[in-house]
Order: sequence, then structure tokens, then C-alpha cells
Amino acid sequence: MVGSLTAIGMGLAVIGAGIGIGNIGAKAMEAIARQPEAVGDIRANMILMAALVEGAALIAIIISYIL
Amino acid sequence: MNLSTKFPSLLMFLTVFLVGAATPGFTQHENQENTHEEASTADHEVGDLCGHAGHHDEEFDPAATAFHHIANPNVFSIGPFNFPLPCILYAPDHGLEIFSAGRFEFDFRGHGDGHKAYKGYVLDAGSVKRVVDPSFPQESVIIGGFAHEGDDASVCYEGKAYPLDSRSAMDGGLFGGGISSFYDFSLSKNVVALILVFAFLAWIFIGIARSYKEREGKAPKGIQSFMEPMFLFIQDEVAKPFLGDKWAKYQPFLMSLFFFILALNLFGQIPFFGGANVTGNLAFTMALALFTFFVVNFNGKSEYWKHVLWMPGVPAAIKAVIITPVEILGLFIKPFTLMLRLFANITAGHIVVLSFIGLIFIFGKSGESLGGASLGVVVSVPLTIFMMAIELLVAFIQAFVFTILTASYIGAAIEEHHH
Repeated sequence: MVGSLTAIGMGLAVIGAGIGIGNIGAKAMEAIARQPEAVGDIRANMILMAALVEGAALIAIIISYIL
Repeated sequence: MNLSTKFPSLLMFLTVFLVGAATPGFTQHENQENTHEEASTADHEVGDLCGHAGHHDEEFDPAATAFHHIANPNVFSIGPFNFPLPCILYAPDHGLEIFSAGRFEFDFRGHGDGHKAYKGYVLDAGSVKRVVDPSFPQESVIIGGFAHEGDDASVCYEGKAYPLDSRSAMDGGLFGGGISSFYDFSLSKNVVALILVFAFLAWIFIGIARSYKEREGKAPKGIQSFMEPMFLFIQDEVAKPFLGDKWAKYQPFLMSLFFFILALNLFGQIPFFGGANVTGNLAFTMALALFTFFVVNFNGKSEYWKHVLWMPGVPAAIKAVIITPVEILGLFIKPFTLMLRLFANITAGHIVVLSFIGLIFIFGKSGESLGGASLGVVVSVPLTIFMMAIELLVAFIQAFVFTILTASYIGAAIEEHHH
């Protein structure tokens, strides 16, 4: 029972991170389409933002694993 | 044997050979079984726990295989073969012991279960564990296998099960082990990988530095022209934009982080060669994150500390109740997420690759069904190749992310505001 709750918690965390990183990716693609010359800056910032979103999800995953 | 049965068996053989590095337990399956059976027939008064010792590896367990792989054992495996590593063990009530893991007389091929106990220590699936019971003999004795029940392991000796203390690990026992009655300072698999990668990087970069001196003003040559774009990428995309005009001071730290993490990530991708999982080890990523924590906070300017402790432009009540506690918490959460991100990404990648390889054994019912195993190969090999290609990408991205986040934290700490 505890194991399945852990799995549900991890799944919920991943859904949140998926929505967040998906939005970042979509907006970054739009931005690159608008300003192709800024592709380097946009890509670097996109990865940075994706990493920050991922960090929040990872904390949730680890906490659901521990509890 | 006609061709139609020959082909799957050839495929099976090839796969088992290839997978040998990842799942050393499988090739040794039958052998292991025999040893356990001999042991349990020898003593008839074997307890309930020890009676089951021979059966713990009958069913293929993908989770156990994956966790065995990402563990940090005291043997180094190249292909299906195990090589002993030095053990440096300290127990407060026993003293310091330094000896080779070869003392445990584990099989050259297989799990890495030791057949002998030495000074109260045993080798369970490649990892040194301690027998807590003081009545267990301290000299070198032959043991009768291991029994596992959930997370608890015990060793069978003369028909009696002695509980084992969990493996000593710095990550607080998140993935097995924890703070236990002894400290393991051994040169384990990850430490050996770390030293190898360190030597390799030192060799490459010292060579490059020399050729920059010798060929000053000329175009780069050889390995130099391979590393220069990567170096300049980090310098121009990470160091300069985030650190402003102080970038040169922090450049060596950022470069060390990037190339060390990258090389270790890539080293962990090499099949058959130890399967090192250094950047997927919580203790290692914690050490890296602590470096970042200290570099950021020791270099923080007064402006930075003012924003952390007493944010300007916010009503005092809100500052005291919300902002300052959250900012102080943030000081620790930042390196904490750095630690978790690298660890989780690399570990997850290793586990997924191992799970895909495990499909072969699940479909093949641990070697009973050849047809199922062949189907498993057809499913598993493309998935594994795909996953390893993604892992190559992840190796670069995670090294880059760790470096860029460190740069942005340092940049925020050393920024001088001009209002």
C-alpha cells in the first residue's frame, strides 16, 4: 500500500514537471521562431529554466520516496 | 540443430555475453545455486532463514539487478569478471582493518558473494558488510551463503543465521545501507572510477596546456582543437554572461565542474567497464554541491547578504515572517537541488537501461524460454540503444546545467547593485 502511494506521488510530481517543462519548451520554440538570431541565448535560458522546474519535481519525488 | 533454433540461441548467447557486465548474477546462476544447495544439505539444522538462502536468486528480479548495478561495491567488474579492490574498514569497537577484498574469496565470475568471512566482515553481492554478533568468529572462516528478507540481510554460518549490519553509506541509507556500526573508507568501484577519470582529465588538460605554450599564436592541433570549442562554449555562454567582469576568477572552478561531471557521466556510459555510477552517487553529488555552496556563500557581497537577510523595499512585518525565512531556506535548497538533479538524472538513466535489458530475462523467464528471450532481445536492444543515445545527451545537459546554475548562483552572490 505504501509503495503504491509512493508511485502515485511520484507520478503527480512528474505530471507537474512535464507541464512546466512543456510550457518552457513551447515558449522557447515560439521565441526562436520570432527571433532566430537569439537562438543561443534562448536555448541556454530554456535549459536553465527547465532545470529549475525539474529541481522542484525532484524534491517531490525524493520526498515521496523517503516517506 | 537446424538453423531456426540455432539463430535464437546464437542471439541469446551474444546477448548474455553482452549483458554480462550489467547483470553479473545471471551468467553465474547455476553455479551459485549449486553452492547454496551444498551448503544447505551439509547442515540439516539450518534455520528457516538459511533454508531459503539458496532460493533468493531463483527468480530474476529486475529491481534487484538495477540496484546491484547502481550500488558501489568493493569489487571492480570488467565484463563478467570481478577484480578485488582494497578494503579500508574502521569500526569503533574493533579498530582499523586494511586488506584486499580477495580475502573474501568471491567467484571470479558472478555476483561477488564472498565464500569466506574475514575479521567479522563478509562480502554480500560485492559489498562489504559487518556481522554485528560478537560470537561470530573473527578469523577467516567459510560461510554458507546469504539470506535476504526485504532490506535485512544475514549470513549463514554453521547452520545459524547471523544478522548483518547494513552497508556503510554517506547518503543516509536512501538506497540501502546507512549509518552503521562500521565505516567503509575502501577504494570502492566508484572511487577507482573517480581516480581513473581524474588521471585521464589531468593527462588531457596538462597536454593541452603544454601545447598552448609551445604553439602560441598558432592554430590548435589534435586534441586541442577538440577541447577548445567546448572550453570556449562554457567561457562565452556560462562564465561571461553570468559573472560579469569577474568571470576570470571563477573560470577554473566552473571548468573543473563541467569537465569533471561530463567525463564521469560519459565514463558511466561505457558498458563492460565497471559500470561506474559516480555522478549517480548521492555522496559524490553532495560533495560537488557543497563546493558550490561554499564558493557562493564565501564570495557573497554585502549586497547579497542584505537581500537574503533583510530584503530592501518590503514591509518589515512581511520580511520578518516570510521573506527572510524563505531566503535562508533557499540558501540550502539551491545546493540541495543541484545535488538531487545530477544524482536523479544519472541514476534514473542507469536504471532505465538496466530495466530494458532486464526485459530479456523477464520474457525469457530467467533462461527457461528461449523463444521468449529472443522476443525480449528484439524489443530490448533497440530500446536500450535509444536510451543510451538519450543518456549521451543527458550527460552533456546535466554537466552544462550544473555549471550554469553554479555560475548563476555565484553571479547573484557577487553582483554589485547600482541604484
